[in-house]
Amino acid sequence: MPVENATVTADSLLDVERTWKDRLAYLWRFLWRDRGGLVGLIVFMIVVLAAIFAPAISTQDPFEQNLRASKLPPAWDEGGSWEYPFGTDSLGKDIFSRVIYGTRVSLMVGLFGVLIASILGLIVGAIAGYVGGRLDETIMGMVNLILSLPYLLFVVFIAAVLGRSLLNVILIFGITDAPIFARVTRGEVLRIRQSGYVESAISAGARWPRIIFDHILPNLIGPLITLATFEMSRMIFYEAGLGFLGLSVPPHEYPTWGNMLAAGRKYLTSYPWMATFPGLAIMFTSLGMNLLGDWLRDVLDPRLRRSRK
Amino acid sequence: MQRYFLSKIGQSLLLIFGVLLLVFVMVRVTGDPAALMMPRESTAEEIEAFRERMGFNDPVTVQFLRFISGAVVGDFGNSLHFKTPAMPLVLQRLPATVQLATVGLLMAVIVGIPIGLIGGFNPGRIADSLGRLLALLGQSVPNFWLGLMMIIYLGVKLRWFPTFGRDEWKSVIMPAFVLGLPVMGQLVRLTRSAVLEIRGEDYIRTAHSKGLELRTIYYKHVLRNIAIPLVSVIGVQFGYMLGGSIYIEAIFAWPGMGGLLEQSIGWRDFPLVQAIAVFTSIVVVTLNLLTDITYAIIDPRIRYAR
Repeated sequence: MPVENATVTADSLLDVERTWKDRLAYLWRFLWRDRGGLVGLIVFMIVVLAAIFAPAISTQDPFEQNLRASKLPPAWDEGGSWEYPFGTDSLGKDIFSRVIYGTRVSLMVGLFGVLIASILGLIVGAIAGYVGGRLDETIMGMVNLILSLPYLLFVVFIAAVLGRSLLNVILIFGITDAPIFARVTRGEVLRIRQSGYVESAISAGARWPRIIFDHILPNLIGPLITLATFEMSRMIFYEAGLGFLGLSVPPHEYPTWGNMLAAGRKYLTSYPWMATFPGLAIMFTSLGMNLLGDWLRDVLDPRLRRSRK
Repeated sequence: MQRYFLSKIGQSLLLIFGVLLLVFVMVRVTGDPAALMMPRESTAEEIEAFRERMGFNDPVTVQFLRFISGAVVGDFGNSLHFKTPAMPLVLQRLPATVQLATVGLLMAVIVGIPIGLIGGFNPGRIADSLGRLLALLGQSVPNFWLGLMMIIYLGVKLRWFPTFGRDEWKSVIMPAFVLGLPVMGQLVRLTRSAVLEIRGEDYIRTAHSKGLELRTIYYKHVLRNIAIPLVSVIGVQFGYMLGGSIYIEAIFAWPGMGGLLEQSIGWRDFPLVQAIAVFTSIVVVTLNLLTDITYAIIDPRIRYAR
């Protein structure tokens, strides 16, 4: 990858003088050069659009049971019909429509989970990085300790104690994921504080609110968006896992990929499609978001790119 | 050096205390523990009797002291399902989980590191692109789902591997592969970027300009230096695998701690759930401590930086 060129693009993106049109043009050029990022963005858009337009896209009511049409195979298999493109589950509910509606819970968990985690992490990390000294040592010591615990084990444990609900799942991910955001924020704040422009702002007499809002926060956005993309993908993944263990959103409330996997597992050998399609949906989303995250990291954070050359 | 080790040990003890506190607060304080542990159809009298018997009516401080003094000697009360002490039940399951994580880690290391090395030494080539694609897939495929698919195709249709249990040596292959896959992806990425970074260092350029053979440079300078970060990542990942095998063990009915955790959640057997959570944390924390100490011994820079 031509490094000089890339640096120009990244600098230009953060350049305040540029118009939005210019920035979009740069973004597009960068997207075109890195096909992986383009694929990731398209996949992400497809998932978002599927969530928004779920009622229009799905062929059936995702809750409607139809015992006469139960356990139908996918349309391209013998005995399937295009009325139920991905087949039906044990109660005759349309798997395609349920996969489409499933994007809603996944995106909601990912979006709100990341929102809570990033706000908590931003506050804690910024205080640690800005104040420094003993407070910083104590906070980061605790954050590193928490991050060394087996994450999945505790998510499962807490979910089992609190009981199944969408709000619980969002809160669990939002709180348990905050330490990662705190660590990244703190590192960035330290780096920005030591940079020349903050020093010159301080020597020019700028007070702390101005330094934080004009100098530090805008520079945090890039790394945090990148992290948020990866963490969102991770949360979608873990939510499906919780659903698979029967610890996420109750199945009668909303179709979710994890619940579908759990239901499909019972019929694994005789009706494999019931577990296949929700799993493919998780993989598709996760793959797209990881590609998008890689690309965002390159565009928004030129320092990290050095290690990739 | 000694102070560094002592502070690490102190931190680990503090963390284990934190885990105990968290487990206690989550089970006893956030809701009604008796309602949590009793079957849903129990009557109010049954729940009240259970509450009295388990000591949930005592003041929280008394309960906490009882919990901690039990935990110190490994006593987490009796499992509600098996009616026997919880801790021995967990210990019985430890070997199976350790075996699964060890085989999974070995697979990840054997496949991941060479692919990462090839990618790092030939950036931009086809082999590198394939390696990166593999790493991406390894990190994106939901491993519990992949486990289900392997059961359908490799287990049921082709009959290559047994689909559940731990009866023969072939049983471990599928669950270990699935468990190791995300770690493999991470190792590919990490090895690759470590090689790229070290290849740009001054001492490598010096070695080249001295006219050293490529092979000498790779073996003596590059490989030795990437070993240090890899050791620490492998140690941490092993801990994650021990604590993160819940889905995999549940799918393959692997008789380890993760499978037991899934079952005990289903039985609402919270004394057992607590024992598993605390014990697994202790194992993982100890592993991280050992990794830190090893790291400090191999790499003097860590010690002197403090």
